[in-house]
Amino acid sequence: MRTSKKVITSLVLCAAAQLFTSNLAFAKLVEVHKERSIYRNIVITENKGIRCMQFETRRKKVSNQACINLKQPEQLVFEYVQGTLLGLAHNPTPKRVLILGLGGGTLANVIHQISPTSEIVSVDIDPAVVKLAKEYFDYQENQQIKSEIKDARVFVKRALLQKQQFDWIILDAFNGDYIPEHLMTQEFLTECKRLLSANGLLAANTFSTSDLYDHESVTYQKVFNQLDIFKAPTKGNRVIFACNCDNFSLTNNLSPQLNNQLSRYGLDSNLLFESITDMVDWDVTARVLTDEYSPANLLK
Amino acid sequence: MQKLIVILLAFSAGFSIMSFELLGGRMLAPYFGSSVYVWGSIITVFMLALSLGYLTGGKLSVKQPSLTKFASIFVVAALAILPSIFYSEQLFELVFAWIEDPRYGSLVAATLVFLLPSVVMGMISPYSVRLLTVSTQSSGQTAGFLYFISTLGSAIGTIMTSFYLVLWMEVSQILWFIFAILASCAVLAFATFTLTNKTTSQLTNNAVVSE
Repeated sequence: MRTSKKVITSLVLCAAAQLFTSNLAFAKLVEVHKERSIYRNIVITENKGIRCMQFETRRKKVSNQACINLKQPEQLVFEYVQGTLLGLAHNPTPKRVLILGLGGGTLANVIHQISPTSEIVSVDIDPAVVKLAKEYFDYQENQQIKSEIKDARVFVKRALLQKQQFDWIILDAFNGDYIPEHLMTQEFLTECKRLLSANGLLAANTFSTSDLYDHESVTYQKVFNQLDIFKAPTKGNRVIFACNCDNFSLTNNLSPQLNNQLSRYGLDSNLLFESITDMVDWDVTARVLTDEYSPANLLK
Repeated sequence: MQKLIVILLAFSAGFSIMSFELLGGRMLAPYFGSSVYVWGSIITVFMLALSLGYLTGGKLSVKQPSLTKFASIFVVAALAILPSIFYSEQLFELVFAWIEDPRYGSLVAATLVFLLPSVVMGMISPYSVRLLTVSTQSSGQTAGFLYFISTLGSAIGTIMTSFYLVLWMEVSQILWFIFAILASCAVLAFATFTLTNKTTSQLTNNAVVSE
């Protein structure tokens, strides 16, 4: 009897100690919500006033899908989001914008605030992402902003059949861990190009590391010929800009008014434009990714 | 010798069917995406095809089973793969335009392209059981051993295709590779039949001479 009491006491003490240490370890990062969707586990975390959406992976380095600054919601947390907005220099008032991969819906919100007349269509494969974007990231649907739960490739193909056109396509379907292989191929990018209006712009958020870099870059180059690339100064991703036009170059010709608007979101466009380059720094002999050959996840 | 050939053929059929199934996902993705229901469609079609194949193969094995008939199944399976190489894109395009819901779209598309070849490939397992069974008593053991061989083939077909073949070859090239495996199996079965027949007839002739 006495022994069992001892065991119980030591177990309780052990549990208390563990609880204490684990609380210490996660004192900063709070898991606000966790949701199991059919594709993945999605976690909403908060840390020092920054709320993020994470896709749970077994990797130690978790990649944030979307983040907002709770104290200053208009401040954009991600460099790539800031970089993507430089696309407004190409066309400050796109009539129709297509966002493939919603995340927290930050891009849709900001573009709507800057260009309220733009019709914005966001497409995401995962209904849970759209739900959480609304609940935790203030993503709002309205007359101008609509969401569709679809595979991006299917949406693009269907939109082509319906003869739709977009002035700006933002491709943001990479979660940093798994890459949808059918969204990296020459055929898919050709479909995106066909969906762009004349002089329409494509901005693709993607990564700038590993073997895939060469394959991905030559594939974009093959379809669009000229690319301008925003390289995030501190993070390992980039935004590839390409255009359905001849002689493309993304130049800093933002109006002072637009510059002013962008600075509200913490954007220093002059500084960001310095991170844009048209330099070809990849192996141009790398194999182009096609529907027939796209082992993207094996090439990472 | 004949036993070994049948085992090898059952293994190759297992390999081919799963390699084909994995490519199915790749082939459908550009049209119907890689959502969970696309994989649902593919697996449904392949399971349905295998069940029909087992049924037909079993029935076929009742009437005078032979290596030549076994070889013919491989010939038909190889030929049934060809439409997926030449016409799958056009078929997918048609289905995509016809059915808007990607669930039923992918189901119909997968049925059109993958059902027939998988039914034929499914016939191989029960037929090989019949070819190897020598007595009622050992029939369960034979069937178990052949399930082991063909499922092992499927496991290797899955891992080889998803880990390596897609890295080494294009989708169409892998389909041609499966075609080549099935065609070689047919040739091997025919050759074995001819050889064993020759040996048997020679033996009979020799027996007649010595008498």
